Formats: sequence, C-alpha cells, structure tokens
Amino acid sequence: MTKLPTPPPTPPENEDPDVPGLRTWSGVYRFVLGSFVAYVLLLALFTYWFAR
Amino acid sequence: MSTIDYVVLIGTMLGIALYGYWKTRGPRDLSSYLRGRGGIGWGTIGLSVMATQASAITFLSTPGQAYESGMAFVQNYFGMPLALIIICAVFLPIYRRLNVYTAYEYLGHRFDPKTRLLGASLFLLQRGLAAGITIYAPAIILSTVLGWRLDLTILVTGLLVIAYTVSGGSEAVSVTQKLQMFVIFAGMVTAFVVLVAKMPAGIGLVEATTVAGGFGKLEAIDFSLNPNTRYTVWSGILGGVFLSLSYFGTDQSQVQRYLTGASLRESRLGLMFNAVFKIPMQFFILLLGALVFVFYQFERPPVFFNQTLWNTHAQAESGATLRSLESSYAALHEHKEASIHAWLEARRGADPAAEAAAKAALLEAHAASETVRSEAKAALVAADPRAKIKDSDFVFITFVLTQLPHGVIGLLIAVIFAAALSSVASELNALGSTTTIDLYRHVIQRDGSDTHYVKASKLFTMLWGGIAISFALFANMVENLIEAVNIIGSIFYGVVLGLFIVAFFIKRIGGTAVFLAAVAAQTLVIALFFTSNIGYLWFNLIGCGACVGFSLILQPLLPGSGNRRAAA
Repeated sequence: MTKLPTPPPTPPENEDPDVPGLRTWSGVYRFVLGSFVAYVLLLALFTYWFAR
Repeated sequence: MSTIDYVVLIGTMLGIALYGYWKTRGPRDLSSYLRGRGGIGWGTIGLSVMATQASAITFLSTPGQAYESGMAFVQNYFGMPLALIIICAVFLPIYRRLNVYTAYEYLGHRFDPKTRLLGASLFLLQRGLAAGITIYAPAIILSTVLGWRLDLTILVTGLLVIAYTVSGGSEAVSVTQKLQMFVIFAGMVTAFVVLVAKMPAGIGLVEATTVAGGFGKLEAIDFSLNPNTRYTVWSGILGGVFLSLSYFGTDQSQVQRYLTGASLRESRLGLMFNAVFKIPMQFFILLLGALVFVFYQFERPPVFFNQTLWNTHAQAESGATLRSLESSYAALHEHKEASIHAWLEARRGADPAAEAAAKAALLEAHAASETVRSEAKAALVAADPRAKIKDSDFVFITFVLTQLPHGVIGLLIAVIFAAALSSVASELNALGSTTTIDLYRHVIQRDGSDTHYVKASKLFTMLWGGIAISFALFANMVENLIEAVNIIGSIFYGVVLGLFIVAFFIKRIGGTAVFLAAVAAQTLVIALFFTSNIGYLWFNLIGCGACVGFSLILQPLLPGSGNRRAAA
C-alpha cells in the first residue's frame, strides 16, 4: 500500500479564521466592514427618529 | 462612600491585582515575560486592547460629553474598523513573521539601526509623559469629589500597577485587563439599570430617550461637509483611520497587546473584536450620559458640577453672587421640569401645533437655565481666575456619588480605577519593553543572557513607573498639563506614523532617506509649532505627510539608491 504524502503544514499567514460562517480572512474583513456600514445606518436612523 | 463601598472597591482592585500576580507567577524567559507564554486567546487580546484604549477619563468624561453636547462624539471612532483591517492584513503578519518584541524592531529590520532608535525614542518621549497623565487625571477628579489626598491616591494607584506589571510582565497585564473589563462592563450596565429605575414615575426608557432627543442630545450622526463642525461622519472616518493606524499600528502599548496572541489568528481576531464592538461600546457610554442629562431634568442638578470648587467660593463671604445665581438656577429648573411634562403631554395629543408650541416653550426654558449656568461659571472665574470652568468631567461622578446605592458606588469607583490601572499597565509594560529591546539590548548590552534582560526589563518598568508617579505628583505645577501632553504627542506622532507608512507601503525607500526625512519632518513640525498658529492636531498630518514626501524626494538623490532592495 502506497503511503500518501503528508501535506505541508499551513503557513501561519494562511491559517483560516475558523469562525462559524466565515471561512477566509477576506470574509472576516467584509463582515467587519458590513457591521460598520450597519452601525452608520442604524445611527443615522436613530438620529432621524429622535430628531423628529 | 460607606464601608461597603470601600470593601467593594478595595476587594475588587486588590483581588484583580493578586489574581494577575498568582496566575503569572513563576520563572520566565525574555519571550514569555514580554509576549506571554504563548497561550493567550483572541478574547483576552480583544479585551486587553479595549482596556488599554479605555482610560479612566473615558468613563469620567464621555458621559459628561454627552450630557453637555450630545452623542456626536461616537463618530470619532468611525475610522477604527477600517484601520484595524489594514493592521490585520498588512502590519500584523509582518510583525509576527519577523518575531519582533516591539514595533520599532521592525523599523530596524526594514531600514537600519538608526531609524529603529529614532522611532523608539519618539515613542518613549511621548508615552513616558502620557503615563503620568493617565495616573494624574482620574486621581485629581476622585480626590476632589471624595476628599482623598491627591498624593496618596496617585501613590497607591501607581504602586499597585507597578507591582503586578513588574512581577508578571505582559501576560499579567493581559489577564488583569480581562478581569478589569468585566468589572467595567458590570459597573456600566448596573449604572444604566439603576439610572432608568430612578427616573420619575411615568418616565421609562422610551420617554427618557424621547426627552433626550427633544433636547438634541441623541444626534449621533452628522453628514455635513462643514469643516467647522467638530464631529462629522467624514472627519470621523478620515481622521479616525489616520489616528487609529498610528495608535494601534505603531504605538507599542497597543502592539504589545496583540503580539501576546498564541497565533496570528488569535491576534487578528482580537483586533477584529475591537473593530466590531468599540462603536457599540462608545454608543452605550454616550447614551448613559444622555440619560443622566434626562435624569437631571427631573432631579435638580447642581449649577456647577465641581461642587467642591463651587462650595469653596459660594460659602465664602464674597460668594453672594454665586449663591444668588444658584437660587435663580433652582427656580428655573422647576419651570423647566413643568415644561417637559407639558411637552410630553402635548405629544400624546393629536395636535402638532400644540406640540410645537410646547417644545418651543421647553427649549426657551432650557436656554434660560443654561444662561444662568454660564453666568455662574463666569462668576466663579471672577471669584477665582485660576478656576477651571469645564465641569463635564464631574457630571457622571456626581451622579454616581449622589444617586447610586451603597455598594454600587464602590463598584463604579472600582470601574474608574480599573480603567486607570489597565491603561497605565499597558503603558509601563510597553515603555519597559521598548527601553530593554530597542535601547539597552540593541545599544548598551548586546550579549546578555535571557535572565539578565528579564531583570533589566523589570527594572526599566519600575523606573518608568517611578517617573510616571513623580510626573503625576508634580503635574499640578504645570498649567493646562493635559493639553500640553496632547500637543507633545501631536508633534511626534505624525512623524512616527510616517516612518511606518514608508516602511510598509513604499518598498523602494531605504533607511538613510527615511531617517533624514523623519529628522527634517520633525524639525519642520517643531518650527511650525513655534512660528505658526496652526491647530496642534494638524501636526499629526503635517508630520506624517512631510516624512513620506521628504523620503520620496531624498531617495533618488542618495548615492546607490538604484541598487537598494527592500528588506521586508
């Protein structure tokens, strides 16, 4: 039986974020940017609502 | 404060310090002393980074800021998520790949020893001064309102933080910061719940926010392009990216926090934790301040929140004007309270005209009340020309001491101390590390053993702690000291950021060009400081821009520039 070659260890820079729903670092960064946009929109809504 | 408050306060502070000491006891080599034993996860890193940024002044001043001028300050944090993404994607992998202890070591790898020394020296100068202020600023407020001796407050705070920072190094700072953040969260949530519960009958959270909105205290967002508006979305994003890149990417007190991570993943997630949760946290603290404002619309506030200062002059024989203004303020408050109830009643009706009239009457009553408050501040300055009339730092602490139940008061004072200790610990840890790695090991003693450098790092941390305490003890001898430190920071911060921007993003520029550019940029900023009236915050931008610009100009003029290769 031929032994399968051991895959090289993952370089630390390519280590996955291992966050549920976010498989890559670019996914994590997009999530953070999305949260930021959501905060700005919610704060704009908040400001508008209480300024009436 | 009662006995139970002191038990809660002392128990919390000593308990956290002892836990930090116990958890990180045992012998250490240089790496584990400066970067921890390698097992620190992203949650601890995230809280540690957050605790380093949030000083005691954050919890004393921010609610007062919302009380005075609303929630627009939250926009100041808008650049932070973007800057943290850049740091995670660009700065952090390089720091970890080079296995550096300090950010300035990277400058040595990328450029040369002299540029590394320049970056480290600029950091030590500005952060060494700031550590004294981080101890002094809450101590002066707490000693004023609680009647404690200022020197003892400074000494106890300083010695406690030195003890656990020196004994356990970077890991002790991180583990204590985690607990300190839990105390801070618990204290702020408790204050919020008690505040809402203490609102008068018929005023719940919905009515309270409605009243805050009616007074314009909930205007959190401003999209205007007016450069004279202090906080806008645009200034928050542009200025915030710039300042956050400097602070989180190049200031060792922050860099050291995320370099303690067990892996690149843990460090990155710790920073992303801050990118997601910092804005909501600041929003919550500001909302607390806005609700304290509402509370004081139904409960008569003091005409001037630094009551110790006010009473000193009002109770004197010459204080008749102050006492008279205090009486006028009390009478106007009753009128204003009635106006608020009338406006809320009008809102419940279906007549927009009646509601508008009631709101106009309310705002008129508020303006009259604020006029008397301004007159009171002017009268105070007339009585004592050295009196500081900015009393917003005293708003939240006055609410805590006069309105919260015993036990909770102790918890909230513990929040302020926890925030002070957590920031100072990071600063001392970073000052000790930078002095050891970038000055002592790099210049003075190159071939010492690990044990030797750990001892040196402990000694330097103690030395910086002693300098910070001494600076805090004599801080009141200097007028406008906090502003003076901010000015010094702005003079040097821009050039340091310029060094790192060139290092990370302009690979063709070498050490000599960037070093000469940084020296020229620093000279330019210092010359502008002495010869122009430019607002000091602009020095950050000028210093950074000049350092990058001069580097680009100088590099082609230097001999051998065509053969230069980037090291990183």
